Amino acid sequence: MSILLDKSTKVIVQGITGREGTFHAEQMQAMGTALVGGTSPGKGGTTHLGVPVFNTVADAVQATGASASGIFVPPAFAPDAIMEAAAAGITLIVCITEGIPIQDMIRVKDYLRGHPAARLIGPNCPGLITPGAGKIGIIPQRITSAGHVGLVSRSGTLTYEVASALTAAGMGQSTIVGIGGDPVLGLTFSDVVALFEKDPETTHLVVIGEIGGSDEERAAELLGRGSRLKTVAFISGRTAPEGKRMGHAGAIISGNRGTAKSKEEAFRTAGVAVADTTDQIVGLLNN
Amino acid sequence: MKLLEYQAKEVLASLGISIPPGRVARTPDEAAQACADLGPVAVKAQVPVGGRGKAGGIKLARNADEARRAAEQIIGMDIKGFKVPLVYCEGALDIDREIYLGFTVDRDARANILMLSARGGMDIEQVAEEEPEAIARLYPNPWRGPLDFELNALVYQAGLGELARPLTAVVKKLHRAIPELDAVTAEINPLVLTKSGEIVAGDAKLEIDDNAIWRHKDLEERYGSVLEGDPYEVEAKKRGLTYVSLDGDIGIIGNGAGLCMSTLDLVQRAGGSAANFCDIGGGAKAEVVENALAVILMNPKVKGVLMNVFGGITRGDEVARGLVTAKNNLGMKLPLVVRMSGTREEEGRTILKENGIEPGANAWEAAQKIVELTSEGGAPLRRGASRGATSPDAGEGA
Repeated sequence: MSILLDKSTKVIVQGITGREGTFHAEQMQAMGTALVGGTSPGKGGTTHLGVPVFNTVADAVQATGASASGIFVPPAFAPDAIMEAAAAGITLIVCITEGIPIQDMIRVKDYLRGHPAARLIGPNCPGLITPGAGKIGIIPQRITSAGHVGLVSRSGTLTYEVASALTAAGMGQSTIVGIGGDPVLGLTFSDVVALFEKDPETTHLVVIGEIGGSDEERAAELLGRGSRLKTVAFISGRTAPEGKRMGHAGAIISGNRGTAKSKEEAFRTAGVAVADTTDQIVGLLNN
Repeated sequence: MKLLEYQAKEVLASLGISIPPGRVARTPDEAAQACADLGPVAVKAQVPVGGRGKAGGIKLARNADEARRAAEQIIGMDIKGFKVPLVYCEGALDIDREIYLGFTVDRDARANILMLSARGGMDIEQVAEEEPEAIARLYPNPWRGPLDFELNALVYQAGLGELARPLTAVVKKLHRAIPELDAVTAEINPLVLTKSGEIVAGDAKLEIDDNAIWRHKDLEERYGSVLEGDPYEVEAKKRGLTYVSLDGDIGIIGNGAGLCMSTLDLVQRAGGSAANFCDIGGGAKAEVVENALAVILMNPKVKGVLMNVFGGITRGDEVARGLVTAKNNLGMKLPLVVRMSGTREEEGRTILKENGIEPGANAWEAAQKIVELTSEGGAPLRRGASRGATSPDAGEGA
């Protein structure tokens, strides 16, 4: 079992004919993801990587019945691509694109409120993978293995680091979700933790956060209210220098939340073990 | 991009917000002349960071001589790591009351938040903590902006109803910086009500989203080159890198902010200290790796470099090729430890080995290794010479 994505999830790739789109769509196919098509405006009617290419997401959904999409388009076009996917009825939208303007994402988030069935992961994220079943995004399959540990992270590369360590220790993963590092993003830690909580096959959970925002604190509160999962948290950035701040606006709304200390304390208060380095995570999960 | 006060005020003025008369001075003579023309002025250090008043970066001058002396003291001063490149001489305001007006991105709400308070001035953060209801807030619709009645409600909620008409107009003008300029933070504190009843921006802070700067090339061209911060950061910015200078002696390159931050944490844990944070991002190309290394080697304090790359979208073979080329081009002799994994890692490791760079086994071992190689009694510490490794001074200005 898994969350969000399994063997039967029909996936398309927006931007499938581009360089990154092609490379990663191939990787997705190679691990057995049910890739049923892709979009590339102007190239509708052609075939790429053995699957049909459509001009619009709506065409792709109608022809293939896809319910999930991976977005590999440049930052200037990605916001529209996310909204196009939601409007076409895609319920799992994974946006890998890095560098989307914040104001564009704020408008996208507002648009998505009108499409509550659409779940967005990212942007600026590695996507998600259910080992042995499929993936949307760029998480390398070979560092993963199927099992019972749920993994949710804001950082792409730390996700790989921890997945590798888990796999090397013989602890497979149910699903790995990289929610992305942007200030304005789709699913939050709390959203993903709640999904893992409901997945009977997930018994352990690793939460990899970083400084900034208070999503980690909120996930900690959720776990503190009662959880069946054996959880370990790790926060990166404890030695990061304080940002050179200008103005008070940020401080007015966030106060003291957002520091590595505040996040680690929130997890400890919730009874969640906190790892000092990523290589302690496996040990703490088995503790 | 964080604008300096005078730049932010120019932008506010272009949006129709009143600003006091003022003039930029790059030399003490220019400051004296500004004061001679404007009358008594505040001579204000121009740095993109708060707390300049407390650091002695704002001085009042009643006449040209005082303005000259103030500018002599302030220009070139270091405020929180920023060398003051110029001062802004601004005419004094006849203040009746000080209001706070600002907006920023509330990342928890995934929305912009407009804030207005009758309690403007230096203590606004304290007000926020002790009396949060004294700050009125509004989340404007990101597609159509705030509606008039919403702005009206904001002003009344802030207890500023008697100024409803002029204040709603100012808030509306400031809000234009969101859709028109991709501003992510703007702040006017204090927004001054003068004794003659005008509403004028006493100070201004404005930050434009770096991810959207391609839509605002004019702002970048006009204001992007004035800043003289840390020379390595300035050079890194020119080369399009995400780079922050730190105090230590081990150069760090990582891909992804999280990995890069955790690499700093590991180096510290291993007993070393990082000279910088440098995130080469996903899809790091050969050119980017070379740029990162070149900037890091500019810093004479750097005794060695640790590169930590765990790839997804980043391909190991590309990173390795870039690293080999960069090392050769820069004539780098300092210890270099590379921890690399991910897509096409075997090819990447092979390339490194063929070129005499030994890949580290894992991040923690790599961190320990670089600390060992760079500490006293470690490998011979010869500065890497070279092409590309320009001196810090050469990186400044331009």
